[in-house]
Amino acid sequence: METLLNRYRNVTVLLLALFAQLILLAYQVKTNEDVRLIRLWAVSAVTPLARLLETGRARASSLIEDYFDLVGVRQENRRLLAELGRLKMENQYLRTELGTAERAEALAAFQARSPSKTVAARVIATGAGQGSKVVFVDRGSNSGVQKGMAVIKPSGIVGRVMAVYPASAQVLLVSDANFAAGVISQKHRVVGTLKGTGSSHCIVDYLQNEERVEVGEWFYTSGDDRLYPRGLPVGPVTSAGTGKTFKQVHIMPSGLEGGLDEVLIVIEGVHQPIPESQQATGIYMLPVPQEEQPQPDAATAGDRSFLLSTEADRLLDHYKRVGEAQGHVFGEGPTPDFNIQPGEPAPAPAQAPGEGGSAEAAPAAPAALSGQPQAGGATPARKSVPAQLPKQRPAATSAKPPADEPVR
Amino acid sequence: MNQFGETYTLGRARGRKLLRFRLWVLLAAPLAAILSQVYVPLFFSPFTLFDLPLLVTVYFAVMRRSPMFGIFAGAGIGLVQDALSQQPLGMFGMVKTVVGFIAASVSVRFDVELAPVRFTLACLFFLLHHFAYAGLAHWLLGQAGEAEFGRALLMAFLNALVAVPLFHLLDRLKKDED
Repeated sequence: METLLNRYRNVTVLLLALFAQLILLAYQVKTNEDVRLIRLWAVSAVTPLARLLETGRARASSLIEDYFDLVGVRQENRRLLAELGRLKMENQYLRTELGTAERAEALAAFQARSPSKTVAARVIATGAGQGSKVVFVDRGSNSGVQKGMAVIKPSGIVGRVMAVYPASAQVLLVSDANFAAGVISQKHRVVGTLKGTGSSHCIVDYLQNEERVEVGEWFYTSGDDRLYPRGLPVGPVTSAGTGKTFKQVHIMPSGLEGGLDEVLIVIEGVHQPIPESQQATGIYMLPVPQEEQPQPDAATAGDRSFLLSTEADRLLDHYKRVGEAQGHVFGEGPTPDFNIQPGEPAPAPAQAPGEGGSAEAAPAAPAALSGQPQAGGATPARKSVPAQLPKQRPAATSAKPPADEPVR
Repeated sequence: MNQFGETYTLGRARGRKLLRFRLWVLLAAPLAAILSQVYVPLFFSPFTLFDLPLLVTVYFAVMRRSPMFGIFAGAGIGLVQDALSQQPLGMFGMVKTVVGFIAASVSVRFDVELAPVRFTLACLFFLLHHFAYAGLAHWLLGQAGEAEFGRALLMAFLNALVAVPLFHLLDRLKKDED
């Protein structure tokens, strides 16, 4: 450096002299904005350097901050992931609880709508054997459960109680090979026996090949087995074909769909009518008049047997009341007069037709035969002639002739 | 080397004369030039065409043959001239600094005691001074300088005419040293 200055001493001094005078000039001269040139030059000289320094500082600072932020972000990420996992599990639990609550609500609503007396139960275990279609529920004899009681869901039948314990019960599912129940089709009123096959499907046995069964047609419980109340849905037909001896009809049980969590055990069943199938004709039709439903009256309010009101039950009940009205004990002495309706006085001894009977008996007999409502409030459906066939199904929804219907 | 070179340049055989001046001469001559530049135009306005401080700077720079001396002589004379003008300090100083440096550098190669050489140098340095000052004024002060080259050439000629007798007058004040 010293050698360089010595070699170019004259030029160096020249430059120094010029620089000094330039500074002197810049101190004196002002710009149009009344700013000295020297200040303007100094600011102009420093500004790029300052900008560069500031840019570097900012970038370095952001780099360091981002690094530390990244560390914090990583920890935050871990924490959030853990919380997310916990919230997911909680959400799943709450969804399960909500589903349970919804199912319980649906069960409660079904219980409220259903005339049958039921008790809700939760499935707590399944059978230990391979392929066993058995489950355990948390209701037992302490809750009034008895062997043979039906187990249902709002969507359909589930099974029946096989064994009862104090606080639990064993239920045989409809899909078990040992299960059987009486069923009837919705549209064509074809009666058969539902049997489990050990798989997810069930079959309806003992159907003649001539019987009409359509795919998609629903089967309901017929009530003939005295196990299930009449009118409970069983499932839709998945296939129907002609077999060697009987028709091959397969059903998908609707009660087993959606899993088994909560079920209802029928303590006291009430038969209901089979819902009519909706015909795709586009014509609005009124529902079937409720003629099959027996109306409870004061005379039978406490009678338990009235609740199981099939045609046979109603007939039996009628016989009982006739016997009670006449003080007759069945199996002893002469048979009672079935022409006399319960609540009416016994007619006078038999007279010649020309002599004229009592005024009360004459109108009573036609009235009884015609099935008109009596003074005792009997239902129009009750027949005074025991040998009379059951009332026909409504013609609007039944396409079959009366002769095809089985005698009940 | 041809005859021109032998006549006007300083060869090794002839050596280099180092000319010195008395101190009062170094102070009085520039001061007189500056004062005359300030006072005379009051009575004789064409005198503004001449730049006596520049001529004195050139003389001392070429006769002393020292770039360092030329730098300080030009800076000093120029700053004093600035101080007595309306221009900011440093305008004439910077330009005369450069002129003094170049004049001293050039004088090493030429025989500056010859009249033609002095005439030429004076003319060239005046033009250099004129355009350097215009450029500096334009750059720093934003002033529109005189860009007319013909006028500048005329002024350079006139100053060169004045420079020859002035240099001869100042020769009488030098102190020769071998």
